[in-house]
Amino acid sequence: MSGRARLGKDLLALEPLTADQIRLVLDTAEPLKEISERAIKKVPTLRGQTVVNLFFEASTRTRVSFEFAEKRMSADTVSIASAGSSVSKGETLVDTARNLEAMRIDMVVIRHGSSGAAQFLAERIQSNVINAGDGTHEHPTQGLLDLLTLRDRFKTLEGRRVCIVGDVLHSRVARSNIWGLKKLGAQVGVCGPRSLLPNAIDELGVEVFDRVEAAIEWAEALNVLRLQLERMQAGYIPSLREYNRVFGITRERLERAPRDILILHPGPMNRGVEIDSDVADGPHSVILDQVTNGVAVRMAVLYLLAGGAPELAEAAKKGRGGDA
Amino acid sequence: MSAPDRRPILLTGGRVLDPSQRLDLAAGDVLLADGKIQHAGDRVGRPDDAEVIDCAGLVVSPGFVDVHCHLREPGREDVETIATGARAAAAGGFTAVCAMPNTDPVTDNQAAVGFIIAQAKRAAASRVYPIGAITLGQKGESLAEFGEMVGAGAVAVSDDGKPVVSSQLMRTALEYARAFGIPVADHCEDPTLALGGAMNEGVMSMKLGLKGIPAEAEEIMAIRDILLARRTGGHIHLCHMSTKGSVELIRWGKERGIRVTAEVCPHHLSLTEESVAGYNTNAKMNPPLRTAEDVEALQQAVRDGTIDVVATDHAPHHYDEKEREFADAPNGIVGLETALAVLVTWLVEPGILTYAQLVDKMACAPARIFNLPGGTLARGAVADVTVFDPTRAWTVDAAGFRSKGRNTPYAGQTLRGKTVCTVVDGRVVYREATEAARA
Repeated sequence: MSGRARLGKDLLALEPLTADQIRLVLDTAEPLKEISERAIKKVPTLRGQTVVNLFFEASTRTRVSFEFAEKRMSADTVSIASAGSSVSKGETLVDTARNLEAMRIDMVVIRHGSSGAAQFLAERIQSNVINAGDGTHEHPTQGLLDLLTLRDRFKTLEGRRVCIVGDVLHSRVARSNIWGLKKLGAQVGVCGPRSLLPNAIDELGVEVFDRVEAAIEWAEALNVLRLQLERMQAGYIPSLREYNRVFGITRERLERAPRDILILHPGPMNRGVEIDSDVADGPHSVILDQVTNGVAVRMAVLYLLAGGAPELAEAAKKGRGGDA
Repeated sequence: MSAPDRRPILLTGGRVLDPSQRLDLAAGDVLLADGKIQHAGDRVGRPDDAEVIDCAGLVVSPGFVDVHCHLREPGREDVETIATGARAAAAGGFTAVCAMPNTDPVTDNQAAVGFIIAQAKRAAASRVYPIGAITLGQKGESLAEFGEMVGAGAVAVSDDGKPVVSSQLMRTALEYARAFGIPVADHCEDPTLALGGAMNEGVMSMKLGLKGIPAEAEEIMAIRDILLARRTGGHIHLCHMSTKGSVELIRWGKERGIRVTAEVCPHHLSLTEESVAGYNTNAKMNPPLRTAEDVEALQQAVRDGTIDVVATDHAPHHYDEKEREFADAPNGIVGLETALAVLVTWLVEPGILTYAQLVDKMACAPARIFNLPGGTLARGAVADVTVFDPTRAWTVDAAGFRSKGRNTPYAGQTLRGKTVCTVVDGRVVYREATEAARA
C-alpha cells in the first residue's frame, strides 16, 4: 500500500500529487473493481453522501462513469448539465455552486470548458471538488484510469515507455498522463505535428517524436488522443485525411513495430482519423478496459475524498448492496 | 488652470530632486505661487502668507506623469470615473495622467475630447490629458480627426487595447500626426498570433492549459512600427513593452536615430508569469506577465534609457469580472496607487535605479516625450510637485484605494515608498496627513 498518503480536500490535477498519492488511488481502486462485476453492484460505503455532477460541457463517458461510481457506492447523486440550468440564465459558476452547497451537498464533480475552473470552485466552496476535465488543463481521473490500465498490464510503470500521440496542445488528457506517468517512473514520449504540440514541450522532460513511425519503434504503449474536427477548421492541420496518412495509428504501422504495443484511447474515437478500426478493435487494444477501470478509479477517488482510509477499501467491498 | 488667488506653498527641508535640471539637494526648499514654480533649490525665507509643508526626510520632485491609463468614463463609470481616476492619480503622486480613448463611446472626435477635459476640470484633482483614437471607433479602418482632437486638448493618438493592424494605416497615422507634433502610441500585438491568448506562451501556459501569447506577437508589431517611423519620420511611442526581444528592437531603432519612444509598466518590471499560478486573474493583463529573463531585460532597459518612461496602464475592472474563470476574466490591473512603491521596491532598493532615475522615468521623461507641461521644477514651470517618502514600508490594501478598481496583484504585500503630498497647479490635491486626520 501507499504509506500514509492522503488525497486532501479535492482532486484537481495530477501535477501537484506525489507518487504515493497516485499509488494510493490506484491501490484503492484495485479491490473496488470487483464490485462492478457482481450481480448486485452496490456497496453502502457512501450512503448519506450527496454528490452533484456539474457538467458544463457535453460528456457521455465521463459523466456516466462518475454516476455509476457514485451509485455503486450508494451516494445520492444529481447530475446537472449547463443547458437548461440556471447557468444558461447567466448565473456565475460560483453562484451555481454556492446555491448547490446551500442544499448541503458533500461533493461536486465538475467538467468545465475553462482551464482552472475546478480549482476556482474548490477555493470557494467547502465541498470536495473532483475535476472531471477543465479546459485544456487536466483530466485527472482519466489520467488515473490510464495509469491503472497500464499498470494492470505492465505490473509496474517503472521504466516503461509510453507515447502520447496526437493533439497534445489542446489535450487535458495528455497533461494528466504526462504528470502521472512521470511520477510513477515511466518514460514518456509525445508525438504529433509540431503545430499540435506545446512549444515548450521539451521542458517537460519527455521524448518528442516528429514522426509516428519513430514513436512506434520506441514505445511499449501508445495513448492515442482524439483529434477534434475544430483543429482542422482552426488551421492547425491541413486535413483529417492527411493527418490519418501521416500520424494515424494503423495496423500496417504497428506491424512494423519491434514488439506488441498496447493501444489506449480516451475516447470518443474518430475511427479512420487518429486510429484505424482494426487497431482500436485489435488484440492489443485496452480501450474498453480503460472504460471499465474508469468506474473503479472514480469510486476510489470518491471514497478517499470522503475520508475513507485506504486500508478499509478492501473491507468496503465486503459490504453488501442489498441493504442500501 | 492658473490660481492667482491661492496662497503660496513652501515645501521645506526635503531632498529636492529634479533630474531635468540635474538638481539634487539633500535639504532644500521649493516655493510655489500663482500656479508656478517660483524657486527650487537652496533654503529660502518663508513668505508671510505661505502655507509651509515640512518635507524633512522626504523627496520633493516634479509631479509624476502617467502617459497611459484607462479611466473608463464615458461608458463604464461603475468601474472608474475621471474623478475617481484623477484622485487615484493624486494619491499615487501623479500630477497628470493621459487617458486612453478606448471608452464607450470611443474618444475619437473633438467633442469626446472636450468631455474628458470638462470632467477633469470638475474633478479638480490631477490633470487628465485625453489621448484621441487613431481610427474612428478604434475599428482600424479610417483615421480620426487628429487636428480637431488636438485642438480640443488631445495630447497623443492611440488605438490602445487594440493594435493598428493595417501597416498602411499606421504609416498614414505617423505621417499625418507630424503636422500636430504628437506621438502615435501603439499597442503592439499581432492579433493572429495572440488570438485567444490568456497569458504568456511558455512552460506555465502549457502546464495551466491556457492559450499562450508568444513574445513575437508584440515584437513583430514593435519592429513594424519602428520601421514605419523610420520611413515616415513620425514619432512612434510603443506602449507597455514586455519582452526582451522588444527591448533589443527599440535599442536597434534608437541607435539609428529613429523617433521611437517606449514605456514599460511597473508590473512588467516586477512580476513574472509565475504569478498566474492558481489561475490568479489579478495577474492577467495584456501584454501578459512574461519570464524572469524578460523582467531583467526590461529593468536594464529602464536603467540604460532604452525604455524612456514607466507608465501604469491602470486598468480598473469590476470585482465580478475578475472573480471568474481565468479565460473569461478581462485583462488589466490598477496601477496608479502602487506604481511608485513597486519601482522603489523592485528597482531602487535592489540598486538597479537611483531615485533620480526613478523621478526621470516617472516625471521628467514622460512630460518631455508627450510635450506636456510639468516634469520639471524649473522656475516658471507649472506648480506640479510630488512629495514622497522614499523608504516607508506600507501594506497594499486594495479596499483603501481611491480608484474604484481593486484588481491588483500586490494586495497584501508590504512595499516601500509612499506618496505623502501631491500638488497640482499650486494646489494640494493629495496629502497623507489630511487623509489620516479625516479617517
